[in-house]
Amino acid sequence: MRFLFKTDYEDDIRLFPHSGYVVSYSLLLAVLLIAPYVLSSYLMSQLVFVCIYATVGVALLILTGFTGQASLGHAAFLAIGAYTAAYLQKYNVPFPLYFLAAGALAGLIGALVGFPALRLQGIYLVIATISFAFIVEEILARWESVTNGNEGLRIKAPSLLGVTISRDSPTFYFICLAVLVLTIVGTLNLLRSPTGRAFVAIRDSETAARSMGVNVALYKVKSFAISAAITGFAGVLFAHKLSFISPEMFTLQLSIEFIIVILIGGTFSLHGAVLGAIFIVMIDPFLTYLKDDMPGIIAGIAATFGAGTATAANIQSKVAAFASLNGLKGAIYGIIIMLFVLFEPLGIYGRWLKIKLFFQLFPLYKRATFKRQKIYVKSERNR
Amino acid sequence: MSYFRAENLSLHFGGLKAVDAVSFAVEKGEILSIIGPNGAGKSSIFNLISRIYRPTSGRIFFENQDITEQPPYDIAKLGIARTFQNIELFENATVLSNLLVGRHRHSTTQLWQELLFLPSVRANEKVHRRRVEQVIEFLDLEPYRDKLISGLPYGVRKVIELARALCSEPKLILLDEPSSGLNVEETDDMSFWIRDMKSELGVTVLMVEHDMSLVNRVSDRVIALNYGRVLATGSPTEVQEHPDVVAAYLGA
Repeated sequence: MRFLFKTDYEDDIRLFPHSGYVVSYSLLLAVLLIAPYVLSSYLMSQLVFVCIYATVGVALLILTGFTGQASLGHAAFLAIGAYTAAYLQKYNVPFPLYFLAAGALAGLIGALVGFPALRLQGIYLVIATISFAFIVEEILARWESVTNGNEGLRIKAPSLLGVTISRDSPTFYFICLAVLVLTIVGTLNLLRSPTGRAFVAIRDSETAARSMGVNVALYKVKSFAISAAITGFAGVLFAHKLSFISPEMFTLQLSIEFIIVILIGGTFSLHGAVLGAIFIVMIDPFLTYLKDDMPGIIAGIAATFGAGTATAANIQSKVAAFASLNGLKGAIYGIIIMLFVLFEPLGIYGRWLKIKLFFQLFPLYKRATFKRQKIYVKSERNR
Repeated sequence: MSYFRAENLSLHFGGLKAVDAVSFAVEKGEILSIIGPNGAGKSSIFNLISRIYRPTSGRIFFENQDITEQPPYDIAKLGIARTFQNIELFENATVLSNLLVGRHRHSTTQLWQELLFLPSVRANEKVHRRRVEQVIEFLDLEPYRDKLISGLPYGVRKVIELARALCSEPKLILLDEPSSGLNVEETDDMSFWIRDMKSELGVTVLMVEHDMSLVNRVSDRVIALNYGRVLATGSPTEVQEHPDVVAAYLGA
């Protein structure tokens, strides 16, 4: 175990508490930088999606994890970013400019959504954000002069400094990675300054935050705006990666995926967003595997245990039918959320911390270390 | 002119008069206790001052300024800090970040500066950190600096709440039952701290308290309330011997 001996206030402020962090994070960055020259193009494409999902995850963490305002409408902010990019690109606006504009517009709309949300809490806020997402989805489908309706919009590859960046090129991956890293660093900066602490204060007790001089309404709107703006930036990258966008891509299911990202990763730390993003991006290949290989494997197992050819074929078709059921993905999402909420509310990152502590304390680890004391006297009447 | 003054302060919930035309004044540098049976309206007065409730009528003045219409977050900016009867701490944050929230009224940096963590933000953070450290030392909270609130015992939380209020460098501090839930030794510590706050930090204290021994030890003056009305005002002994107060506590 390492014991930190702090001698300066700087020790509490710096991003990396000790040199071990510097080494491990530079190693991680080095691996991520050489990845495009080593990994297959399929894996690289997955990695780009991890970056985009993780960026949205960080945005959602600011709002939900740190300010305590749940949102099921982040697909709409992503859509606003994506459509702004596609629309402005038609008028030959350069990439950096429409990238910024998309974030700014999403942020502005985020702030506007934040205002009515000021009076709402918990489940009511969730319903309000869902309604917002439906409104945006509907607008995208109906406002045909701008969004081309349900036929969707094509978006050309971005060009930076006169060079066209293909969506499969290492450069595009580096842009996504840079956006993710900058988002994370910016968020960490925010969290160690007064604004970030005000967010956390609002999450834990609005009454106390107010009595300490935090303008709760202003900071909630700020949190909504920041979260939406980052999601807008991610939306531009999302549009470029897919090169085609249409309203049915930004449905409630996508918002739920974002919630899964932070819920499964862990809502108390930015690590959670990245881990959750890796998890959610891996679900699709898993489903494909379920669909393509699982039936054959199960039939094979059945055959080795003495099932006849007809029975094996029968089993194979049954399993195949099950694996390609409509809505299987949604069911899997639901089961995953339930299992995590029940058995690991701290998410993958929480589990990782427990494993780390287990080895650090080796024979002395107690499960109770991570148990939080519950106090029930907290008054709800002053909310 | 008094330092802090409430004039004909009333709070009615329908027909219930929680606070009924209460007037009192706090002089600079004194410790004033409000006592009274349960439901007398003590905490309601605090909630009126910190603007959790809107007064039905009446006015509140602080440093010759009418603060009745100020939004709640501005009350803290004026230099009035408070603690809560049932402890309102930020449960899932460390003690240090709880105390740093207390510094919120002194933060001057803009959002964009914080996103980039410019040198000015860093310098400000160090100032905040130093002030917080002084309060930590004042209230002997050194062992808990990096602990999460959710794992701390009740007595410590009570002190942390006081610390958070002190971190904002208040001119007037409102203590809502500072000794509730504390054992005898903790209450002793609390009484020393309240007196030190007055003598060393020059903070004016307005306190709601049930523990009469604590009230007797620290208060300069006492106000007794019942059913939202002032029964008696004066020194602790005067108020305790007042026939109306005796009647309110023991029944006539």
